[in-house]
Amino acid sequence: MTASKSAALVEVLTRHRDTLLTEWLNQHLSISLRRGLATEAEMSDQFRNFLNIFSDTLAKADTLDASRPEWEPVRAFLADMTAHRARQGFTPVETATFVFSLKQPLYVRLREEYSSQPQELADMSWTVNLLLDSLGLYTTEVFQRSREAIIARQQEELLELSTPVVQLWDGILALPLIGTLDSARTQVVMESLLEKIVETGAAISIIDITGVPTVDTLVAQHLLKTVAAARLMGADCIISGIRPQIAQTIVHLGVDLTNVITKSTLADAFIIALQKSGSSIPTRAAG
Amino acid sequence: MDRIPILRLGDCLIVAIQVDMHDRLAITLQDDLTARIVKDKAKGVLIDISALDIVDSFIGRMISNTAAMATVLDAQTVVVGMQPSVAITLVELGLTLTGVRTALNVERGMALLKQRQP
Amino acid sequence: MNSFGVVVTSTVEVGLRSDQEIVKLRQIVRDEAIAQGFSLVDQTKFVTAASELARNTLLYGGGGDATLSVLLNGARKGLKLTFVDQGAGIPDIERALQDGFTSGSGLGLGLGGARRLCDEFEIQSEPGKGTTVSITKWKLR
Repeated sequence: MTASKSAALVEVLTRHRDTLLTEWLNQHLSISLRRGLATEAEMSDQFRNFLNIFSDTLAKADTLDASRPEWEPVRAFLADMTAHRARQGFTPVETATFVFSLKQPLYVRLREEYSSQPQELADMSWTVNLLLDSLGLYTTEVFQRSREAIIARQQEELLELSTPVVQLWDGILALPLIGTLDSARTQVVMESLLEKIVETGAAISIIDITGVPTVDTLVAQHLLKTVAAARLMGADCIISGIRPQIAQTIVHLGVDLTNVITKSTLADAFIIALQKSGSSIPTRAAG
Repeated sequence: MDRIPILRLGDCLIVAIQVDMHDRLAITLQDDLTARIVKDKAKGVLIDISALDIVDSFIGRMISNTAAMATVLDAQTVVVGMQPSVAITLVELGLTLTGVRTALNVERGMALLKQRQP
Repeated sequence: MNSFGVVVTSTVEVGLRSDQEIVKLRQIVRDEAIAQGFSLVDQTKFVTAASELARNTLLYGGGGDATLSVLLNGARKGLKLTFVDQGAGIPDIERALQDGFTSGSGLGLGLGGARRLCDEFEIQSEPGKGTTVSITKWKLR
């Protein structure tokens, strides 16, 4: 039963390939909301390739269920195209439309072929409908996963950019924290500071929170844990840039900073760091 | 049974822990170190843990005990080379190495030991 | 695949009857954590927790067994370690969870520490009926 339907479909696809291609391309372009994101030549190639793979798979597979392994070549093609589209900036609707817009041209051809066989026409139309629906939905699924992967990668890059550890002096590091700190980011930042301490052998690190608007209990705890870890390793930390509001929050939260040196400015912290590391403090010339 | 080698440099003993020690090996090291401090009249003990990717409460206690015994024998202990992930884990575990000074590397550790307490 | 449930994809059993076997367990857990792509810090935390609980099983449980499982919850991967012994059991679990090691009380059960290092912690113990402890750590991202 399936075999004959597949064969019939393949027939239609093969016989009317060029017409289908042209109509489908036009359909898509007319529905698609954005142009200029891909050239017509590119699209034409893509559409032709899809039709070929689609036909081939129809001819070989003995199932019309697009989720079966036999349909892997088509899914792979769609996955590739979807990822490409996601990167280019197409929306998920535009991407799924690629598949859905094949319906109309195909229906027209089927109506011609089965004009005197209403039952067969209904059957074939329904089959095509189910098949293309599931393939169209598949592109949406892939699209979603692609976007998630892109977002995850962007988050990582952002994280790298926002965790700069600077060597201020021999044996003195500075970590200027900027922006709101969430638990995950703070952890990553702190870990990279500790790694840098080992790398550079810096005995003192200044963690500057001037650029941090709010500090909550979790962040304060992470800061303290970092200082504790640095000390266990044989280094020390000074926390600088504590603005009055943050000082209030910290006291209010009951965070114990008695064992930590804190300074209101990075400059003051630097002077302390120099003293502790045994360097002489450069004095300003008078006048 | 395998033992961890203890080296001597001047009046300091140096131990580099390079293997994942099972508990008995750790105890043996503790005993060996104590014996050597007496035998060599050592003034300092440097324990290099830069190769350890895990320090649990047992090892932590062994290090603290060693330092305590060294103090009784008038020697100081410095632990060097703790890996960041180990430090983070120990903080989370709530383990403080009481009575143990730490330094980032062997060079710094030896410098610490040279500064004798009067 | 049921995306609402946790699936166990593989397990390994390790006996804990000597301190060499504690080391062996640490290495097995470390290797699996690396294989599953855990960050270095998360690996270290989990292996350390495993070491604490393994030692408890050996010293206070009279020896026992550990089972390491790789978990899958949707797309999230996790590791679970379960320790079982037929020892004397823990009379006061709440107190045991609060005892620190540095208290020098000799108990040093490390239960509280192990709990802090992991995402999930379960314990069942009754005097005379042995102890079962489970720890789970999920891989972030």
